[in-house]
Formats: sequence, C-alpha cells, structure tokens
Amino acid sequence: MSARLQPSTIEELAGAVRSAAQVLPVGAGTKPNLSADSAAVLISTASLTGIVDYSPSEFTFTARAGTPLRDIIAALAEQKQYLPFDPPLAAAGATLGGTVAAGLEGPGRLRFGGIRDFILGIRFVDGEGRLLRMGGKVVKNAAGFDLPKFFVGSLGRFGILAEITFKVFPTPDSTLTLEFAVSGDSAMAGLLGAAAKGRWELEALDASFSSGKAYARIGGPPDALEALAADLGRHWPSQTLPSLDAGRLWQTANDFGWAHPNGVLCKVPLTLARLPQFAALTRNAPGARDWISAAGNVGYLSLPEGAEVRGIDEQLRSLGCEALVFRGRGPLWLGFHADFRIHEAVKHALDPLKRFPSLR
Amino acid sequence: MPSVAKKLARLVALLPSGRIIHQPAQLAVYESDGLTAFRATPVAIAIPETADEVVALVRFCHAESLPFVARGSGTSLSGGSLPIEGGIVIALNRLNRILRLDSAERLAVVEPGVINLQVTLAAAEHGLYYSPDPSSQSICTIGGNVAFNSGGAHCLKYGMTSNHVLGLKAVLATGEVVEFGGASREQVGPDWTGLFVGNEGLFGIALEITLQLLPRAECYHTVLAGYRSLESAGEAVSAVIASGLLPGAIEFMDALALEAAVAAVHADYPPGCAAVLIIELEGPREVVDADRRRLDKVLAAGDAVEVRVARDASERQAIWKGRKSAFSAVGRLSPDFIVQDGVVPRRRLGEALHLIGKWSRESGLRCANVFHAGDGNLHPLVLYDGRKPGQLEAAEKLAGRILRLCVELGGSITGEHGVGVEKLEYLADMFTGEEIACMKRIRSAFDPLGIANPGKKFSVGGAAALVHRGIHPLEKAGVISRE
Repeated sequence: MSARLQPSTIEELAGAVRSAAQVLPVGAGTKPNLSADSAAVLISTASLTGIVDYSPSEFTFTARAGTPLRDIIAALAEQKQYLPFDPPLAAAGATLGGTVAAGLEGPGRLRFGGIRDFILGIRFVDGEGRLLRMGGKVVKNAAGFDLPKFFVGSLGRFGILAEITFKVFPTPDSTLTLEFAVSGDSAMAGLLGAAAKGRWELEALDASFSSGKAYARIGGPPDALEALAADLGRHWPSQTLPSLDAGRLWQTANDFGWAHPNGVLCKVPLTLARLPQFAALTRNAPGARDWISAAGNVGYLSLPEGAEVRGIDEQLRSLGCEALVFRGRGPLWLGFHADFRIHEAVKHALDPLKRFPSLR
Repeated sequence: MPSVAKKLARLVALLPSGRIIHQPAQLAVYESDGLTAFRATPVAIAIPETADEVVALVRFCHAESLPFVARGSGTSLSGGSLPIEGGIVIALNRLNRILRLDSAERLAVVEPGVINLQVTLAAAEHGLYYSPDPSSQSICTIGGNVAFNSGGAHCLKYGMTSNHVLGLKAVLATGEVVEFGGASREQVGPDWTGLFVGNEGLFGIALEITLQLLPRAECYHTVLAGYRSLESAGEAVSAVIASGLLPGAIEFMDALALEAAVAAVHADYPPGCAAVLIIELEGPREVVDADRRRLDKVLAAGDAVEVRVARDASERQAIWKGRKSAFSAVGRLSPDFIVQDGVVPRRRLGEALHLIGKWSRESGLRCANVFHAGDGNLHPLVLYDGRKPGQLEAAEKLAGRILRLCVELGGSITGEHGVGVEKLEYLADMFTGEEIACMKRIRSAFDPLGIANPGKKFSVGGAAALVHRGIHPLEKAGVISRE
C-alpha cells in the first residue's frame, strides 16, 4: 500500500508535490489501475472539492479537481444544464479531475463530443510544484497552448489537476431510447454508421456484439421525439424502451455495470472498419464481454477475473489498436503504440525531475 | 561567398528549379499577411509539392538553424504568417489534395493547403460538412486553421477547429515526423492532437490532417431581429440563452455595421435600428419546429422593433450575406481598420459595448461592432486613416485598451485569431511569467533551436516593423474579410 497525502488547499497540493520524489494523483479510485503504481506517494484530491464558480448564463463552471461528478451533475441539473458527454462512473463516486485525467466519456459523447470538446481551462501543479493556469474561463479562447486538452487522458503523469473549467449545455426537455436487434457483425457496423450519419442527430448510439443489440437515444421536445422515433423505426425494426428501462440501460453503460466486476476492463478506440475484428476478438476470448459506444468509435472490453491478457494484447497490436486498462490487474496499456521523441521532450518540459511516473 | 548566399545555394538545390524563389520582386508578395500593418522580407520562398519535400525543407532549416514560417493563403489577422527577417517562407498551397473522404466514418484526410470551404464542398454529396467556418473560409487553408485554431460563427454549439481535428501527421521543428490521434473520435493517452492545434506554427508543420465531418442539418430556421438600443439586443441574447435553446449561431451587428452592409450589398435590414441579431436554429425538422415556437415566444417578450423570418433558402442567404459582408463593407467606410477578437463573458457584453463606444468617442476614432454574441467573441473594428499622422498609433492604443478590458472582464485576448505578432504584448495580461515560461518550455521541446515561426505568440528581440500599408487587396475586392 502506497503512502498517501491528502492536501486540503491548492497551495497544500503544490507543497505535496514538492514533498516526495515520486508522486501520483488519485481521485476516488474508481479506475484503480490508473493509480496502481506502488512506488509513488499517492496524492489524494478527496479534500480538494467544491464548485468554485458556476454561471448558468455563460454555460460554464469551474470546480476543484476532487469534486465528485454527482455533485456537479446535481448542481447543473438545478439549472437544467448538463455535461453532454455523460462522464462515466458518477454513481461510483468518480471525480471531475479523475475523469479528465483518465479521458473516459460516456454514451452522450456522440452528439457534441467528449471531454476535449468541453474542457476550457485548468489549474494544475507541474512536476516542480508550480501552480499554473492554462486555457481560459470563457467558451471561446485561442490564447496560449491548449494544455487543457493535453491533460485529457494524461493519467496524472505530467501534473496534478487542481481546478477545471468546463463548458456546459442546456439539457434537452426529454429523451427517448430505441432498442434494435441486429444479427451479424457487418449489419451492426452498417446500422451504427448509417444511424449516426442520418438526419436524427442522435445523442447516443451504443451497442453490444455479445447481445446483438444496439441502442439509440434521442433528445429534444417530447412531441418531436415521437415523430423521430417513428421515423427511425421505419429504417430499422426497433422498439421504444419504457423510460425506466431506458434509465437503467444508460446507467449500466455509465457504470460499466455490464462488465465483470473484478477482471480487466479496457477502453479501445475504434473505427467502423475495425468493428468486425473487434467483435471477433471479443468472441474468441473466453468469457469476454463488450460494449460499443459513440456509434462504433470506442469499444470497452471486459475479461473475467484472472484471465490472461497476452492474447488480447497481441491481437490488438496486429489490428493497430491501442487499449487503456483502467480496471483489474494488468498492464496499463495493451496493443499497438508508436513512440516519438517528442513524448519524452514534453514530459521533460512539464516534469524534469520525473516526480510523476512515466506514462509507459 | 557570405554565409546567407551559401545557405541559399544549398536551399535552391533541395527543390526542382523554379520552386525556390528569392528575387526581391517575387518576395514582395509574401511580405505581409491579413494583418497588413506589419511586413518583413524573407530570404526566400520555398514551394513544396509533396509532404516529403516539406520534411526535407524543415530538416534543412534545422540543420542550418534557418528560421521558417509555414504559409497557406496568408489570411492571418494576427500576423501569424508574417515572414521572419533572415528566414524562409514555406508556402503550402500546392499541398492541396483531399487524400481521403470517408463517408461511412464521416471524416476527411487532407493536406494543409486544402481550402477550408473545399472540404465542405467535397463532403456535400454525402450529406456531410466541415463545421468550422471562419469568414475567410473561401480562401483560408486547413493548415492555417490548424495552426491558429480558427473559429467562425458556430463555435458555441460546435466548437473551434481543434474540436474537429481527430488526428494529424506533422513534421516537427526538430525534423521528427510524428503522428498524433487518428481516425477514431476516441483516443487513449494524452491529447497530442489537441496540444498541436493552435500552436501558431511554433511546433512544426502539419502534413496530413484528419477532420471529422458532421451530418448536414436537415432544416434551418433563421431569424433577423432589430432593436432600438444595444441594451435591448443584449437582453434578447440573454433571454434566448436562458430559454434552454441552443442556437447554431447568434450574431450581432451594430448601427455602423448595419449602415455599411446596407450601403455595400444593399442588405435589407430594418431601418433605424441600433442593433440587429441574427439567430439560427438547426436540426431535424421536428425539433426545429418545436424550437422555433419557443424562440418566437422569447423574441415576442423582448423589445424587438421587427422580427423577420427567412421563409426559404434564398431569404436565409440574404440575411447571412449582409452579415458576412459587414466587415469588408465597414472597411469601405475607412482607408484602414484594425479588428480585434477579444472574448468577454456573455453577461458582460453590454458593459463591454458601452465602454468601447465611450472610448471610441473619446479617441475620435469610429468603431463598428459585428460579433458572435453566442460565445461572447467581440470583433470591434477600429477605423482609422494611416496617412494621418498619429492615427495608426491611436487606433492601436484603442484596440489594446479593448483587449485589456476583455481580460479584466474575465475573458480572453483572442477568441479565434491567435496571438501572432499583433497581441504579443497582451499575452502577459492573461498569463503569469511562470505560465508563459511553462509554455516556452513546451515550445522548446518541439523546437529547441527556436526556428519555427519565431517572434509569434512570444516576443523575441527585433520585432517586425509596424508600417502603414492600407487594406489588403483581396479585402478591398471583398474576397476576404476580417472576422
């Protein structure tokens, strides 16, 4: 078990970084493999919480990195606003900072984009303990380098997020979910491609090869949704889910409730062209389960506890796919990766003493 | 032979005959970009036709410590593609191929010299389009858009260039060729693509850019609303936002801009208004039908003197034509103008406009306002006559005052034009010395020798000469405009 520090102010956070030779941030630990480095002193953001500023009329808020997503979601909901990318693991207690550092987004990322499309600014502590602000607090800004985007998916290996500013949108009046039964991998890829390209402007389009089901969510004024659902049904046989079932479905997707609770769970960026191979890979791994999100742009793969990952690693490499293992015991990365000298040079610019573990 | 001449001789050997130009008369064409108040003379212009040639040029510059600036159509409004004295310009216009247009994956892979609008034109037959639409989109290139993270009228809802670049292949200033991101909308690991976009040419040159395409909206609802005061127009913007609607665009024009648009393109705008708003809803037919009813109510509750709805595509185009021509139209009212693109929080738009008006009267320089109200991105046009002694300096001073106001109100010095050379002295208003030092360390990681577009974004000694040049010829012709 690693040593743990829990600063309660941003200034203390900077001090904590300077206090040890090897540090790694941790939020609520809902993606435990990302902070499994036992050599580093863990710096918990659990006491760095709270919404610092929320201006509903500006569509922006700023919160400390340790703020639980559910607190943010609740505060936004009071003003009928939301983070359209459905940040995952909110019910499990995931924090805003951990979500950004992990680069994980939920089904809603299809419509307006993911974390990278909504993050506006950050305050972070670099490897030398400096507290720095990058980006801005308004919805449009082109000043300076876009480090806020760089920190999306950076896994706390370049600095610790202290405070984050996001853009938000008004919540649609209502949503409606359709379920499609699809037989065959290429039919599935066809449906995902065509439905995402159509006139309906879907909020979410998820699927599972294991179950042969796809799910589309539309959002907007209630009477418009009935008509859109009927039209979608004319293209692909479907049924509208009762709202309770729909709620449960998206909750399961958001919590990875469909996955093995203790096995390896990884995120694999995909394209439509690679979907059939991903489906085959899932089918050939004993006990594996899959979830496809964002109209086939990402797959999540879950293996039973204790399952061997080497075979998956090799297959992903041969497909040219890279995966991030965020839950379960295993390496952080699987599959293909291209290394460039610039990776190390930027690491050196932000963390010359290598206080944070290296990314790979 | 002096060392510059030797370098030039080696450079000329890199590309086939005629594609390194260095005669003074030829160089003059490249002395300025869209920020015409600045100019500098490069040593030579290199005109590569392939990515491999660009890589060879950059590696040559690295080996020779020769500064370079990549240039597309030269429409930068912040002086981003201004040449470097003693350096070369790498002109990318001939790398203008759309390498792949994948309708199923909804993406395009393009070379940096492809014109922004060409992407949308090529995607149209698949029912797709490329969202970022800077007003120079009929001439500006994707490479320049990537370097400066260009915006347009639809950024509140759809984001800027960086939100639509999925991946890129680039040659860094070290000569290293890298690939960031890819064809998927999702990725794992740090967002290198996001870091690269908006680098203002300080990291290297993008060679292949993967762009996401969006399905074209089925239906548009475009409304023009006129107001007797800036305040009531500002209140209408707030009311639309508070209603829960998410319009694709909310544009704002003040009286001087309206007057110019009416004179220049005979735009049919309601007479006697202090401000006009253009509000556009878009989406599936059923959703737009419901949203327009909500918008009608919101506008009816406000102070509009007139609300006009575009009944068809040609009326929609007419409404937008006046808006899009506003800048060049205002330009015709004056021999010269400076345009700024600072951002303020939306709720402080009224305050900002009030102060800009007051300072404009105090300085004796007219100032028109045409801007993206949805995202608080101002575009004050400061009109001046560079032939009158002291006017350029007075205009610069007023423009600078406006930028500082934007920072004080909690906004940004630039929403979409970038820092370039124009806002060098204002970056420090937004960021501390430590923060700028951090950015410089990152810059040095990409470019340890400081040869990629030095003097932009961060000052280095020997600033370019500020001279009176008059309006850009293309702007005069109404081909490009500054917004």
